[in-house]
Amino acid sequence: MADYKLMKGNEVIAEAAIRCGCDGYFGYPITPQSEVMETLMLKKPWEDTGMVVLQAESEVAAINMVYGGAGCGKKVMTSSSSPGISLKQEGITYIAGAELPCLIVNVVRGGPGLGTIQPAQSDYFQAVKGGGHGDYHLIVLAPASVQEMNDFVGLGFDLAFKYRNPVMILSDGVIGQMMEKVKLSEVKPRWTDEEIQKISGSWATTGKKADRDYNIITSLELDSAKQEEFNHKLIAKYNTIKENEVRYEMIDCEDAEYIIVAYGSSSRISQKAITICREKGIKVGLLRPITLFPYPTKIIRELATRVKGFLAVEMSAGQMVEDVRLAVNGKVPVEHYGRLGGMIPTPNEVVSALEEKIIKVK
Amino acid sequence: MDVKDIIKPENLVYKKPSLLTDNVTHYCPGCSHGVVHKLVAEVIEEMEIQEKTIAVSPVGCAVLAYNYISVDWQEAAHGRAPAVASAIARLMPDKYVFTYQGDGDLASIGAAEIIHAANRGEHIVVIFINNGIYGMTGGQMAPTTLEGMETATSPYGRDIALHGHPLKITELIAQLPGTEYVTRQAVHTPGAVRKCKRAILKAFKNVGEKKGTQFVEVVSTCNSGWKLNPVKANEWMVENMFPFYPLGDLKG
Repeated sequence: MADYKLMKGNEVIAEAAIRCGCDGYFGYPITPQSEVMETLMLKKPWEDTGMVVLQAESEVAAINMVYGGAGCGKKVMTSSSSPGISLKQEGITYIAGAELPCLIVNVVRGGPGLGTIQPAQSDYFQAVKGGGHGDYHLIVLAPASVQEMNDFVGLGFDLAFKYRNPVMILSDGVIGQMMEKVKLSEVKPRWTDEEIQKISGSWATTGKKADRDYNIITSLELDSAKQEEFNHKLIAKYNTIKENEVRYEMIDCEDAEYIIVAYGSSSRISQKAITICREKGIKVGLLRPITLFPYPTKIIRELATRVKGFLAVEMSAGQMVEDVRLAVNGKVPVEHYGRLGGMIPTPNEVVSALEEKIIKVK
Repeated sequence: MDVKDIIKPENLVYKKPSLLTDNVTHYCPGCSHGVVHKLVAEVIEEMEIQEKTIAVSPVGCAVLAYNYISVDWQEAAHGRAPAVASAIARLMPDKYVFTYQGDGDLASIGAAEIIHAANRGEHIVVIFINNGIYGMTGGQMAPTTLEGMETATSPYGRDIALHGHPLKITELIAQLPGTEYVTRQAVHTPGAVRKCKRAILKAFKNVGEKKGTQFVEVVSTCNSGWKLNPVKANEWMVENMFPFYPLGDLKG
């Protein structure tokens, strides 16, 4: 029987981790996501599934613990919020460079610097365009509900192991803190040593076996020609991901003259905004990117051939809008509307922005 | 007597440990790393734990340690080896996990990671090579650089007023209740090499018995960084390093 609960987004991350057979969580407290580790510590999964939960001395240590665990072929994860995610960038680029699968959750708050503890979407560039040094990409999932906080933990691990690539759930303080009804995932046992051997034994440090050479987890290559070859291998992987893993949702786009593009909590607000627009007789649709990398470029390009304009709604000074513009490539106007610093836009503000910036209503 | 009459199995008194690979070493002639690598390989071989050992290499000269010892390795970010090793040891408690770190890696950029891993009593062995200098990057001042010692970034000698004091991190580590065995060794004489091997063996045995963090410092030479030939470097180490970093067990 399905297990329905009323839960906070952050609590659901913890619950979903245990249920999907996660081997280890390593974190450091930061608002607005501390409930993830609090929930795990309260549930004591080490007594039940054997999952390791450890409060690290810093975000830097936590992400390097994830590196260590992922290097052993284990399902490991960390969570944090914006300033903490900045600290983790060193480890994230090493993880990408060593091609390790893992899950990183960012419950975004406003910045720059210590900024605010209120929700924002101002870490889009950091999550989608790299974040740390070197040419690499994370697979980035953007949940818009507590249900998706649950679903994307399992999906995130699946994609991480499918491509041996770090996956980020780019959430925000709204999704992390709000409570909604959620259908919890089926309980899956943790992988056995034999299963890990089968899935990751060819590269993971599970202890040298007599029938194989020893495995090395590293991101170091001193020979430039070999490093370039490796960079090309990464590019090929990212191209495969772009080909196979684009996910998005379209609401009322069939007859739409205008499209709002929004992800995460902004998409929830924008959904109300398109209802208001429809009541006013303006045909507006919503395109909600679910994967931010890979980005739903193709569908936006297609829509650009039949709509009059796009409005990117995001709680940032204008980050994702650049990817909408790249997709639209000048065919029709693309504008941005956003609130900053932890302020959350209202549906009416979104409607007004659409009318003023795109429809040009006098 | 022909040489073939001498090279016979019954005359064998010393051999290269089977875990040491045939890769050509990148270490400078006279560097202590080679000897310590050999000791670690011997200990793992003698304990028959090759399949149970996971090693973590640092950033610094020993970044390529994974080229030389035939066990599974992870190469950690600068200073983070104890965090990486903490996770490995917790997720795979049947394994022998060790880090191999230099003084820049462990005592400077990774000071937080080693102190907290040791304070949690993580079941790991830490091999800490202290030569008082950054070797890989070309001989810059380390936290362990002695007062007055000339390096690329303290060309007029380490001035305490300007650069602060040399850090006795091992003394600090020894105070932490999570550590069980903390010792300071060297490999400059055959006797010292034998003692150092006993220390590494003890550390690995202890970690197998889940006795907490095992910490073996090896005061070492850096001929290139110190700009001394191997013999002179050993003499300089005895005269200058040992008075400030005295050899012996600090704990356990």
